Amino acid sequence: MSNLNVWAVLQLRDGQVSRAALETIAAAQQLAAALGGKAEAVILGSGVGDGAIAAAGRDLAAVHVADHADLAGYTPGAFIGALAPALRAAQPAFVVFAHTYQTVDYAPRLAHEVGAGLLPQITGFTSGADGLLFSRPILGGKLQAKVKVRGEGTVIVSIQSGAFSSDSVVAGSVAAPILALADLSEIKPDREILGLEEVGGDQIDLTKSEIIVAVGRGIGGGDKLGPVEDLAKALGAEIGASRPVIDSGWLPRDRQIGSSGQTVAPKLYVALGISGAIQHLVGMKASTCVVAINKDPGAPIFAVANYGIVGDVHEILPALTAAVKAAKGA
Amino acid sequence: MKVAVCIKQVPDVEARLRVAKDGRWIDEEDLSFVTNESDRYALEEGLKIAEATGGEVVVVSLGPDRVRDALKKALAVGAARAMFLKDPAFSGGDAIATARALAAAIRRESFDLVLTGSQSDDVGYGSTGSLLAGHLGWPHAWLVIGLEIEAGGKTAQVKREMESGMNEIFRLNLPAVIEIQAGINHPRYASLKGIMGANKKPIEEVTVAGLGLEAETVGLAGSRLEIVSVAFPESGTGAQILTGDAATAAQALVLKLRQEARVI
Repeated sequence: MSNLNVWAVLQLRDGQVSRAALETIAAAQQLAAALGGKAEAVILGSGVGDGAIAAAGRDLAAVHVADHADLAGYTPGAFIGALAPALRAAQPAFVVFAHTYQTVDYAPRLAHEVGAGLLPQITGFTSGADGLLFSRPILGGKLQAKVKVRGEGTVIVSIQSGAFSSDSVVAGSVAAPILALADLSEIKPDREILGLEEVGGDQIDLTKSEIIVAVGRGIGGGDKLGPVEDLAKALGAEIGASRPVIDSGWLPRDRQIGSSGQTVAPKLYVALGISGAIQHLVGMKASTCVVAINKDPGAPIFAVANYGIVGDVHEILPALTAAVKAAKGA
Repeated sequence: MKVAVCIKQVPDVEARLRVAKDGRWIDEEDLSFVTNESDRYALEEGLKIAEATGGEVVVVSLGPDRVRDALKKALAVGAARAMFLKDPAFSGGDAIATARALAAAIRRESFDLVLTGSQSDDVGYGSTGSLLAGHLGWPHAWLVIGLEIEAGGKTAQVKREMESGMNEIFRLNLPAVIEIQAGINHPRYASLKGIMGANKKPIEEVTVAGLGLEAETVGLAGSRLEIVSVAFPESGTGAQILTGDAATAAQALVLKLRQEARVI
């Protein structure tokens, strides 16, 4: 029998409750409210007492803690081993994770381990006569799908960063009880961690750029960047790129903007032939002013842009460079 | 090493998409399909490992008739043979149902390594490979951007992408399911000889019954998720679109950037 409670698995940052953790609590509280249950939190790590006390100030039925030396660093075997017995015993309706590169590595395996359903990367949900309907991006963010859950038992959900506001977390009237998870016997680290590597660490730093001209797959090739360089020069901009451009070898990896590259917030961001997959948007959506030029009027980039031109980027580029030069010369 | 590479055929993300009449998926008529991007990198990685170790690549996919084209392309670039999970009962599955079917197919042989892409460009669950590893009882790693086989195929050194421009490097035991991220290598193109030769390579069709599975455990029947509708995001909240020929639109844009946004 699964119950109506919703668990939020919190990823601490330097022992503190991070914004992603607060968003996870917010989502769990909202799901629990829709079901008529309560949110509970789980914290994994080593020496996580302060984080647990901080989390317990929110409106939660309990804060469960797995404090274990083998949870100091991440391995899927250790994290799954800590959570699986507790989830099997409690059978919450939902278990909420922040959708991060770490949680996506182990949440599916955890679902398999406990026989749960798996619903990755939701951006919201509605509660109606037909039950809960979840939204998630599909086809590179070009469309949104509405998804319903079938059958019985726990479902593991991950939430897109920013989809649930950390400001909407409900504070508790009394501190939630902090409970140690009873069974940590299944914790089994299954990777020998050899180290971390910074990708292109001391190279181009786009985070300080005031103006960025960024190119996507729609630019068509590494040999077609001349007009892009002309525009960047006219604007006094740095050149950035979305992931497919980097993977194709058209520009070096230190130019990559997005979830696996740099996160930028210039005053002007000009997106050329970038469709606007969510992985790119998270790296540039804080820009003050976004210009999108793309041949596809349905490209998701237009939804986050302030100004747009629908058309062939190679026709518009020289005209735009000329217009910038004319305006600056005036 | 004997390597299985799981690939998925997906709609070309650059294509102009339309919602199907029933509103539950996109209209697949006149749509072009391609092999999922990260799966092409997984296939290249498998071919490199098979060449270096004197093994073979078996390419595995699930889906309707059109998937045969994706398998043929994989055979043309160097896979030795293909398993095609082709049965209407497999369709509409979420990652859990699909992984169950793939695991049953892969378990029939003894593979030293299974490679998949990290995420499909259509539904994008990013979970099928990890779930497959769960069924096989093997270690896994997701979003892998570097892979070195060690100790004669007993272990692998893996480099995995993390957020904020860092990679994590670790070792795990083989056999394992390694989920490859785009950019790990440079996928090769098929040669004319490869394309001709692909026609002679076997594509084994596999059904639900053939795998000894019950129909209610695969496809939509075996899924916890059901897509009930798809739609384009609401428009009107986004960009001011500047129209006219290239020069007119460009001049209007520069005017806006100077006088309205005041950013240049």
